[in-house]
Amino acid sequence: MRVALSWLREHVDLSADLSADALEAALVGLGIEVDSIVDLRTTVQGPLVVGRVLTVEELTGFKKPIRFCTVDVGDANGTGAPQEIVCGASNFAPGDLVVAILPGGVLPGGFEIGARKTYGHMSAGMITSARELGLGDDHDGIVVLPPDTAAAPGQDARPVVGLDDVVVEVEITPDRGYAMSVRGIARELGLALGVPFHDPALASAPGATAEPAYPVDVRDPIGCDRFAARAVRGVDPAAVTPGFIARRLTQAGIRTISLPVDITNYLMLELGQPMHAFDLERLRGPLVVRRATAGEKLTTLDGAARTLDAEDMVICDDTGPISLAAVMGGETSEVHPGTVDVLFEAAHWDPVMVGRTARRHKLFSEAAKRWERGVDPALPLVALARAVELMTTYGGGTVGAEILDFDAVVARTPVDMAVDLPTRRVGVTYEPARVVALLEAVGCTVTVDGQRVSAVPPTWRPDLTDPADLVEEVVRLDGYDNVPGRLPLAPAGRGLTDAQRRRRSVARALAETGHVEVLSYPFVGTPALDALGIPDDDPRRALVRLANPLSDEEPYLRTTLLPPLLATLRRNVGRGARDLALYEVGVVFQARPDAGAPPVMGVDDRPAESVFAAADAVVPAQPWHVAVVLAGEAEPAGWWGGGRQASWADAVEAARTVLDTAGIPDERVTVRSAAMAPWHPGRCAEIAVDGVVVGWAGELHPSVLGALDLPKRTAAVEFDLDALPAAPVTPAPRVSGFPPALIDVALVVGEGVPAADVQAAIVAGAGELLESVRLFDVYASEQLGAGRKSLAYKLTFRAPDRTLTVEEAVAARDAAVAEAADRFGATLRGA
Amino acid sequence: MSYRNDPYDPKQVAYLDPAALDAAIAEADKAFAGAADPDALTQLRHLHLGDKAPVSLARREIGALPPAAKSDAGKRVNEARRQIQDLFDARSVALAAEQEQRVLAEERVDVTLPWDRRPRGARHPLSTLMERIGDLFVGMGYEIAEGPEAELEWTNFDALNIPPDHPARGLMDTFHIAPEGSGLVLRTHTSPVQARAMLTRTPPIYVIAPGRVYRTDELDATHTPVFHQVEGLVVDRGITMAHLRGTLDHFARAMFGPDARTRFRPHYFPFTEPSAEFDIWFPQHRDGPQWVEWGGCGMVNPRVLRACGIDPDEFSGFAFGMGIERSLMFRHGISDMRDMVEGDVRFTRAFGMEL
Repeated sequence: MRVALSWLREHVDLSADLSADALEAALVGLGIEVDSIVDLRTTVQGPLVVGRVLTVEELTGFKKPIRFCTVDVGDANGTGAPQEIVCGASNFAPGDLVVAILPGGVLPGGFEIGARKTYGHMSAGMITSARELGLGDDHDGIVVLPPDTAAAPGQDARPVVGLDDVVVEVEITPDRGYAMSVRGIARELGLALGVPFHDPALASAPGATAEPAYPVDVRDPIGCDRFAARAVRGVDPAAVTPGFIARRLTQAGIRTISLPVDITNYLMLELGQPMHAFDLERLRGPLVVRRATAGEKLTTLDGAARTLDAEDMVICDDTGPISLAAVMGGETSEVHPGTVDVLFEAAHWDPVMVGRTARRHKLFSEAAKRWERGVDPALPLVALARAVELMTTYGGGTVGAEILDFDAVVARTPVDMAVDLPTRRVGVTYEPARVVALLEAVGCTVTVDGQRVSAVPPTWRPDLTDPADLVEEVVRLDGYDNVPGRLPLAPAGRGLTDAQRRRRSVARALAETGHVEVLSYPFVGTPALDALGIPDDDPRRALVRLANPLSDEEPYLRTTLLPPLLATLRRNVGRGARDLALYEVGVVFQARPDAGAPPVMGVDDRPAESVFAAADAVVPAQPWHVAVVLAGEAEPAGWWGGGRQASWADAVEAARTVLDTAGIPDERVTVRSAAMAPWHPGRCAEIAVDGVVVGWAGELHPSVLGALDLPKRTAAVEFDLDALPAAPVTPAPRVSGFPPALIDVALVVGEGVPAADVQAAIVAGAGELLESVRLFDVYASEQLGAGRKSLAYKLTFRAPDRTLTVEEAVAARDAAVAEAADRFGATLRGA
Repeated sequence: MSYRNDPYDPKQVAYLDPAALDAAIAEADKAFAGAADPDALTQLRHLHLGDKAPVSLARREIGALPPAAKSDAGKRVNEARRQIQDLFDARSVALAAEQEQRVLAEERVDVTLPWDRRPRGARHPLSTLMERIGDLFVGMGYEIAEGPEAELEWTNFDALNIPPDHPARGLMDTFHIAPEGSGLVLRTHTSPVQARAMLTRTPPIYVIAPGRVYRTDELDATHTPVFHQVEGLVVDRGITMAHLRGTLDHFARAMFGPDARTRFRPHYFPFTEPSAEFDIWFPQHRDGPQWVEWGGCGMVNPRVLRACGIDPDEFSGFAFGMGIERSLMFRHGISDMRDMVEGDVRFTRAFGMEL
């Protein structure tokens, strides 16, 4: 909300020299966020003067109407001669008072004004529009001052157009509707600065008369608990909105429309009471205030034909709905340029209803914003009294004697609290008298009974319902700055959970081994899954869909980390990177298609364990995954020699890094060749722990690379981290001090026999004396024969308690070879 | 025991002659000095210290001397031999040193060659910052609490005193999970972790909850639909706003140095009452020292405690939350949100493994 300081000063005794900083501090200190404070006196520089148009010559031959004018600017131009100005607007005539900026002046935005030749004439200055002056968005024409403006040509125009003021723009939190008004902000400033506040709502206003201003039947006193109205008849339809109202509306960002409508908007800004002005002559029969029937139609003032919901409130006459209550009026009953009889309405509507209606119809009007946040139900009669007074003052006419006031407002219930609650919650000692004084300052009626206070909140504070709300008022008014800092003592903690430690370790280990972490968006589309070749019956097709995705192309949440990660890889490639190793540790989302909706849970007490468990069972499973993608060289070429292309082997190694870091012992891990999308069927390792598959690593399928435009031989890993079993407590090895016996052995097997299986056979066959086995060479040759390969191992044998004899080592070696021969027909090379 | 009992004959004892011994020393010295390397020196050893060396022959001659002369001659011979040995040793040390110098010189390399043989990896700075914050609070005895990113509307809103028609729901641009009425959203803040923490623990509760959150904002320089927050929650007996302030002051100093301090401004959050936004005094700001808006906080609303089964008359609590992106942006002078989102390795690598 934007409001002029001069307006605030009408209601609160601010010191004349209040600085912008002090103003801001006062507002912020009480919880009103200040977006900007603009001193309008400094926005236009140089000579900005009132001018009277003397002559107007229409210039022809240009694409748009252009006028060459002479303007009396008094002595402001130093000569007293008429100022010659070319102007593109046509909403003025000789004799009009306008606002002219003369050469040497600067408009907001640094637009410097000079004398220059344009459209064949010298133009010495400019006749300005409201937008050019920074006064509003109106650029339909130049500013024409009202004829009765008490200003002579040549006089400084700033005070005349309101450029002598300071405009404050504030943001109001959703709980404090009352502060969306001059009344509310002035009240807060009075509290903050300790100066008197004069409440405009305390003005006397006559109450309901026996005869209503207009017959009204309020059929839903929950949706509408107050409905008041007064009429003014015989107003001058040509009456012009006075300058101060127009200016203040413009400053607040509200367009001026007509005097009656401008008055309602003006009072909404001043008091916080949204109002409506009906054309009495256009109403047909008594008004009815009720809920709409589903499907009812209403064309609102913005020209939109709306279908109403059974929850919306409407004001109807004999013709049906004429206004979408509290949100927007209808076309048929609104005041219009010919209106002579005006019915002002000021009501009080249910904030929940208004909020729903506004959201349903996407009508977030200034009125709706206030209703939703809460409007003071005590305002209608005061607002009406002000409205009819302003109407007759500036538009003539006669105020009707009848006053309608349907009032079903329920009295506020007191909020009861222990008087020391603020002290206990805030940690600052507030004496009981201080608590009472502060609550009274915000407008509560307070009674004290022993150790308890009972506060009836003021009508404008619907947000004060709980003791905690009163605590906030106490600390807010006393000052948040007065709250000291004290560290609470937490009980002894247990550190990170195993799962948290594991995620961190894995992330760190991958970074330490040369991978760069990525945090990508989880949004995906099915084309991305198609590109990966993921089959229709794959669990990764069990997608969670967003009802309102940012992009219709990506309405789902990832079931695999790869699509966003590969997109990031591609983005880096597009930016010139070649050698990339990226990883992400994040959750994937697995739909539970048959889960249904969670049970309804209240908020008055915790949901029963079983109920919350049932609700939680609806939440998509969200296991933590880790994924790695590799492209280009895993080791770069350099002064040390050539580089090495990243391959399936680097992917498998990254997988091993993950398992190692997760504390999974090698002997519980099995690696198998597997066919799994999106991997290359001949270069994909399926990795299992205790026989349970936890992830895959290898090169991507060439068709995937093609579909996604990825570099050749791009490799990838994806693991379900949550599927990894807990790391065991590792039994310590016995480290033997006796010397090892080293024996190399080369076995020839069929080329299809997995090396891992041969190694397993060696380990099984060699027995306990085998300390380690390491494959150091793999080769195939004609000599070995087609379809054969040689696997060369270094075997290290060692006993815990003695130096092994050659015979013992050889016997163990022979047993290992025998086992391999037994399982795979392996033969010793050269044997 | 027998020995030759030849009569004393100076000719026969030429090696014992003092002049001859001096000559032997001088000769050895000269020869050793001429050795170019340790091998050459070793070759010379037997000539001057071996069995046929003059000093060895001289020692043999001692037996031929009269007993009275033996002691004196023995001393002379030993002295000569010791001198030659010293010369040999000294030369040996010198030659070894020379050789080592030569080898070292030959083995010299350019150690300024680039040290980028292994590509360098990096953590994402948002992860590092979240872990750092987590560690700080774990050090204070807190636990790291977690909750799902696709979350129940109940925990994201209702339990936090944001009923369906509350204006605050409209202010948080929420991703809803299909179909309509699923009761599920992408969490709009880390605050649902508060509810889960309270439902699964009994007071005293001291938890910190970093994590990902979602709002339907298009990505631009200052907005991203996916971002990170960290949430703190304490529920215990006698917890006050002063405890909240003390905790945040401590947090600020730990993250931003000893001069950091906080400022509270009244604000509104449905799940806390009283509520505040807090700013941090940030002396290292790239535009000069200034207050920077950091996050929101307050005393846990008793309605929230009740919805989570905690008696608000017995326990009170505080909660706070702040944006990780925002913290990283002002701590490191990042001006464009997109840098943290796009995964460009040039950005991430700049932060390395630590912040």
